[in-house]
Amino acid sequence: MNTNKTALIIGREYFTRVKKKSFLLTTILVPVVMIAFYAIIIAVTIKGSTQKTKIAVIDEAGLLADTSRRLNNDMVFIKNETENSFVKKYQQQGYDAFLYIPIFELSDAKNFKLHTAASASITLMNSIEKKLNKAIENKRLIAQGINKEAYEKINSDVDVENSIDTDKGSKKSVAGIAYVVSFICGMLIYIMMIIYGTQVMRGVMEEKTNRIAEVVISSVKPFQLMLGKILGIGAVGLTQFIIWIVLMIALQGLLPLFFPDAVHQMTTAATGGEGASSKMGVLFQGISSLPLFKIGLSFLFYFIGGYLTYASLFAAVGSMATDDQQDTQQLIFPILMPIILGFVIMTKAINDPQSGLAIFGSLFPLTSPIVMMGRITYDVPLWQMATSILLLIGCFIFFAWLTGKIYRTGILMYGKKPGWKEMLKWVVKG
Amino acid sequence: MHLLQLQHLKKYFATQKAVDDISFDIEQGSIFGLLGPNGAGKTTLLRMITGIFYPDSGEIIFNGKKFNALEDVSGIGYMPEERGLYKKMKIGEQAVYLARLKGLSKTDAEKKVKEWFIKFDMQSWWNKKVEDLSKGMSQKLQFVTTVLHEPKLIILDEPFSGLDPVNANLIKEEIFTLAKNGSTIIFSTHRMEQVEEICDHIVLVNKGKKILDGTVSDVKQQFKENHFVVGSAENIPDISEPALFDIFKKEEKKMQIKINPAVKTNEVLRFFMDKNIEVNQFAEILPSLNDIFIKLVEGTNAARQFQHIQ
Repeated sequence: MNTNKTALIIGREYFTRVKKKSFLLTTILVPVVMIAFYAIIIAVTIKGSTQKTKIAVIDEAGLLADTSRRLNNDMVFIKNETENSFVKKYQQQGYDAFLYIPIFELSDAKNFKLHTAASASITLMNSIEKKLNKAIENKRLIAQGINKEAYEKINSDVDVENSIDTDKGSKKSVAGIAYVVSFICGMLIYIMMIIYGTQVMRGVMEEKTNRIAEVVISSVKPFQLMLGKILGIGAVGLTQFIIWIVLMIALQGLLPLFFPDAVHQMTTAATGGEGASSKMGVLFQGISSLPLFKIGLSFLFYFIGGYLTYASLFAAVGSMATDDQQDTQQLIFPILMPIILGFVIMTKAINDPQSGLAIFGSLFPLTSPIVMMGRITYDVPLWQMATSILLLIGCFIFFAWLTGKIYRTGILMYGKKPGWKEMLKWVVKG
Repeated sequence: MHLLQLQHLKKYFATQKAVDDISFDIEQGSIFGLLGPNGAGKTTLLRMITGIFYPDSGEIIFNGKKFNALEDVSGIGYMPEERGLYKKMKIGEQAVYLARLKGLSKTDAEKKVKEWFIKFDMQSWWNKKVEDLSKGMSQKLQFVTTVLHEPKLIILDEPFSGLDPVNANLIKEEIFTLAKNGSTIIFSTHRMEQVEEICDHIVLVNKGKKILDGTVSDVKQQFKENHFVVGSAENIPDISEPALFDIFKKEEKKMQIKINPAVKTNEVLRFFMDKNIEVNQFAEILPSLNDIFIKLVEGTNAARQFQHIQ
């Protein structure tokens, strides 16, 4: 009968939130916005690579003269003009940019200039710099009397492959991907703990200031009310999360309809295609090299564990709320501190997952949900994982016990804000 | 039969003795008035009866057994002084939810809510939210949620505040009906005229202690001061007889007198007849509960707060 009532409370907390229009809106809008963002980026990249920038070149040094024919059709050499005279005309003549190459000393190449109407993109600058460097290198090779073919045989460009060796065998790692995935996981837990934690707090405050708490507590135990609220809102969080994942996958499936080019690139990349799409290939290879199942499970555990631990703290703060908003702000601060600390340690732990700080942060239960997610794509020793999980569970049970006592007294107290000393008394006496 | 018996209940808080050794019994089917000034300990007492607080010492016997907050909640309906409802929740859902928290099944709860909504002419409210209701309307809703699960004991803390006379009457009639059907009602208020009208039995608490306990008529008898009104069809001349009575209020055809305790009322009546005054009214004035309340409580409450327990 008592568990029934807790279930009833969970149900109310869950359904009143899920039925709200704002829930529907954020749940559907967030992935749509993210996918749209993603789509725009792809669209821009595709467009950027197809649309050529028309560049006028005044090559006083004759640097590009011998390479221009095979390199570019978007570069047009301008004769019989000086930098000063042509700078006023290049835009009218339909050029997007104007590259000026003065006569220079081969040992001291400088004073190259690119004129544009607005600031040039990094890709454009890179491609021009690359082109100039190549041409200058060629000239220097000739000046030094080195055969170009001999030089190219000497020139080396190696890739170092990072192989992660575990008991289960070796696999390739892609440092960048692991980094990004870790960061996103830690960040998500950080954001969700704060969002859903504050929802718990607001819910408790609402019950207290509306005085409904007194009616409900005459029917159920205060702890049931607190637990019901925490679990109900946690379920809302999980629901939202699952919907997001499903929507993202569904929308990603729809992507080919809008951007056939991009998808073609992706598929050729995935099947080991060459050329321009090799970056995509690395990305896919990188993601598939990660222990996705382990990441998913850990994410679920640390989200639930972290949420439960902090939600009970937020509930206690809510129960101590008074009509004065400022009082509540003061009380939230000590709770937000370790969350923020966790986030900071996480950003360090991603760069150096085996450092003492990272290990401490991923074991200490107030920061572990965030920090451990930052280390999760690297292999975490089993004992650390186990200790971290046990500590987090223990911490939740301890906090639930502690905050249950504060909540029970706080929810029925009106008037003045209780001090820390008073709260301690509730815990000890209650 | 006593539905509820309180035996030496105590509840001390850090700064005051909120309830300090209070005992009384409540008869099944009676309407019981719990009176007291602000801060007397009424709310704390009610919270112990509803199982929100545990007493520091003493016992509560409910329905013949030791009170068990978890098992007995379905037998109690509590309407606190400060109204509490979820503002954003639909009214019908809210009433069903609160009834189910009291242990009703979903179908029972829905049936009961519908019955009560029809009785109080609230059917059209089902899909509205509490924030759309006026104060009086939400008061009615709160009353419905309190009595919906047919509790043996109904506790109403200031049930009429914010209600217009029509709705106040509606609820008053409902209280009488509930009592007639066997529910016991504890009624806590400051409004003494309502207590006189509604309650059978009262207890007055002050500073955490019980200072008065009895039926309304007994209490009035206990505090009567031998005040009488004497009326006549003609003007009453200025007469006085200090041996028999003192006049404390005199109008042309009516006067209020205080008869000396040793004197019988017939002697006073005879005195007027001897004076050849045509008496058409001779009646005792009982003190109002309001007077008794003020007399007992006045001036005692100022220093109560922040009093430390030795």
